[in-house]
Amino acid sequence: MVKQEMEMYKTLSAEDKKRFITDKLLDNALYILVAVLIICVVIYNPRFISGSSIINILTLSSTRLVMALGIAGAVVLTGTDLSAGRMLGLTACISASLLQAPNYAAKMYQSLTWLPQDPNSAIIGQLVCVMILVMLVGAVIGFFNGFMAAKFMLHPFIVTLGTQLIVYGLSLIYATWGSNAGAPIGGIDQRYTNFVIGNVFGGSSFYFPWIIIYAAIISFVIWIIWNKTVFGKNMFAVGCNSEAAKVSGVSVFWTTILVFTLAGAMYGLSGFLESARVGSNTAATGNGYELDAIAACVIGGVSFTGGVGKVQGVIIGVILLQIINAALIFLNVPGSITYIVRGAIILVACAIDMRKYLTKK
Amino acid sequence: METPLLEMKNMNKKFSGVYAINNAQLTLRHGTVHALMGENGAGKSTLMKCLFGIYLEDSGDILIEGKKVHFTDPKQALENGVAMVHQELNQVTKRDIMDNLWLGRYPKKGIFVSQEVMYNNTKKVLDDLEIDVDPKKILSTLSVSERQMVEIAKAVSYNAKILVLDEPTSSLSDKEVEHLFRIINKLRDRGVGMIYISHKMDEILRISDDITIMRDGKYVSTTLAKDLTMDEIIKQMVGREITNRFPTKENIVGDVFMQVKNLTGMYGSTIKDVSFELKKGEVLGVAGLVGSRRTELLENIFGYATKKSGEIIVDGKVVLNRNPKESIKNGFALLTEERRATGILPALTLYENATIVTLKRYLKNGLLDNSKIKKDTDWVMQSMKVKAHSPRVAIRTLSGGNQQKVIIGRWLLKDPEILLLDEPTRGIDVGAKYEIYQLINEQAKNGKCCMVVSSEMPELLGICDRILVMSNGRLAGIVDAKTTTQEEIMTLAAKYV
Repeated sequence: MVKQEMEMYKTLSAEDKKRFITDKLLDNALYILVAVLIICVVIYNPRFISGSSIINILTLSSTRLVMALGIAGAVVLTGTDLSAGRMLGLTACISASLLQAPNYAAKMYQSLTWLPQDPNSAIIGQLVCVMILVMLVGAVIGFFNGFMAAKFMLHPFIVTLGTQLIVYGLSLIYATWGSNAGAPIGGIDQRYTNFVIGNVFGGSSFYFPWIIIYAAIISFVIWIIWNKTVFGKNMFAVGCNSEAAKVSGVSVFWTTILVFTLAGAMYGLSGFLESARVGSNTAATGNGYELDAIAACVIGGVSFTGGVGKVQGVIIGVILLQIINAALIFLNVPGSITYIVRGAIILVACAIDMRKYLTKK
Repeated sequence: METPLLEMKNMNKKFSGVYAINNAQLTLRHGTVHALMGENGAGKSTLMKCLFGIYLEDSGDILIEGKKVHFTDPKQALENGVAMVHQELNQVTKRDIMDNLWLGRYPKKGIFVSQEVMYNNTKKVLDDLEIDVDPKKILSTLSVSERQMVEIAKAVSYNAKILVLDEPTSSLSDKEVEHLFRIINKLRDRGVGMIYISHKMDEILRISDDITIMRDGKYVSTTLAKDLTMDEIIKQMVGREITNRFPTKENIVGDVFMQVKNLTGMYGSTIKDVSFELKKGEVLGVAGLVGSRRTELLENIFGYATKKSGEIIVDGKVVLNRNPKESIKNGFALLTEERRATGILPALTLYENATIVTLKRYLKNGLLDNSKIKKDTDWVMQSMKVKAHSPRVAIRTLSGGNQQKVIIGRWLLKDPEILLLDEPTRGIDVGAKYEIYQLINEQAKNGKCCMVVSSEMPELLGICDRILVMSNGRLAGIVDAKTTTQEEIMTLAAKYV
């Protein structure tokens, strides 16, 4: 590929060469900007590229990545999903409430005693149960989103604008259940916390949390779904041209529903992971996460024009956003400026992305 | 002789190397209705679009009242007294009549739009044409004919000297047609020259003063309407020789394979009570004018449009074909007319585009096997002679003909028993057309059934065994392609309009 381009480049006239380089620079402008940013930060503070700093970025990226991979499906269908953050909040609350330490005083369900008292006994079974439960909760809400979009031909923006409010309401109600009166749900069992952000290398001084491994596994599973299943291929076909897909015998209705159901399950999963990572959950947990996740999709080349996107792209998008966040913190940039920079990044990324689809006249 | 109102001379326009109009000409006199006639694709619309500044002619002269003009956009044309009522109405349907009438030239009072002036002016124009609707009505609440009237009112409001009406009556009832003709007569009395495009012979003979006939983009004749008969017009419209543009037919027509009984569509303007039989190894053409619902016939059979009543029997068994998925299972395939809208997956590669129908076939242990996908895609590219750098390119980068071959290949992979092809050669160069004819031939030879919708009569005569003629949503007749004439088909096509 590169070799071919090099050969082609040699045959170009001086003027075309100039344009070729400008095009290449523009197409990769985002990566160039990030590279420049990293270099600047490293000069200012070399600790930015230390192992712990990189692992910190990856840890923070993990939950966002799981969520972004769910949203990416909706974006491939030329839709979006605004309910992701609120669904993460609800599922995080559910996960936390069911996995509070047995001896925690302010337990939400005082009578719930399914976790053994002995801190050394394993609770893998319970963890998997809760994980499946919250994925189901997410899937049900996702199914609802997909059904509304597919059946009534509503744009997912509208559907999820509605459901995110409904889900937030549900979270608020849930937080007042049992003996809880809307207080943060904390006191999470240490074994749950360890399961998510414990060190893969046990007591070693090199810290590498399990959550990064999980994110990698989940990414791989999604890659398989997108590239190796009929459903995945159908999803891209529907996103690209739903009428053509329909004529070809693809059920646009069920494909849409499945994409949103899968996305919902992914939000549930991200809620399960985030709950343990942050430790104390309220209905507000996850608020606004979906915007970061959507931004990551767009930066990673999952196009809003539909039918285009790669798992690798989403991963790069999420990590890039996190690098930018971390870099701005390292540079002691005030929070207000951080928002402005992130907004600008999204616009630049979209403008670059759009260049690829515009037919020049 | 007085200076004609409009003269178009030596008009040429090529699209991707092919002449759409070739030395076409037209002379319009003051205060007359001038019918412009020809088959689909004869170049009528192209010629009018050149006049109106939508297309730029490659060469030729346009003179209005002896003065040479050259419009580069419709706005200039309108400002110079040339207005056009398009076949497909381009209106802002969510706004009211007056907004539509004065769009782009709102009467102003200071920096604000003057609603009052606009209302009064609209009322005046509508009253003048005896169109009885409230200027404040939203367009989407009007009937199609009322919207058509609004479009004509708009043309009149520009004080147009030259008015082009492109198939204005295709969706009007008899009563509405009478109203339209009253308006046309009124405008004629005022000295407006009108160019009238229509397929309806009786209307043309009734309303027009002169008739110009075009064929294959070329000028054939201009005659006074009173000196012409319907037969003479048809003869001049289709009178061309069929050269050897088609492969020799080698298929053997067998027994009846599919029966369609009283098929009627559900929504919109659709087909009504269509019954016919399709035989094994047969190529059945579907002819008809624009708006005769040939596409709807195929879409109803394929379940892409909703059926209201009727029955489809394949090989003795009733099939429901409620949606495309079910129809594909029943051995049907539909190549749609609008390749870009309903055919290609533009951003995806040839792999995805070629194998979307047959995906389930490539599963191995529950996952898709790329080597099988590759094998089938290679088969499509080789047997269809698709010209592309690599199957990895997005299909939108291919030419129309190559895109079409990929889509046909997609269906042939599925090996359907009944192939429904809607304008399979539209927008394709001559060489690729021949290859597609060969493919159809081959399918028929292998005992498959094909239905081919086409607007090109010679094409139907060249590749089909029988030709079914649709007219205004109804079956007008089925003719034998070997013995029929274009005149017979044209007469049938006008049966119910």
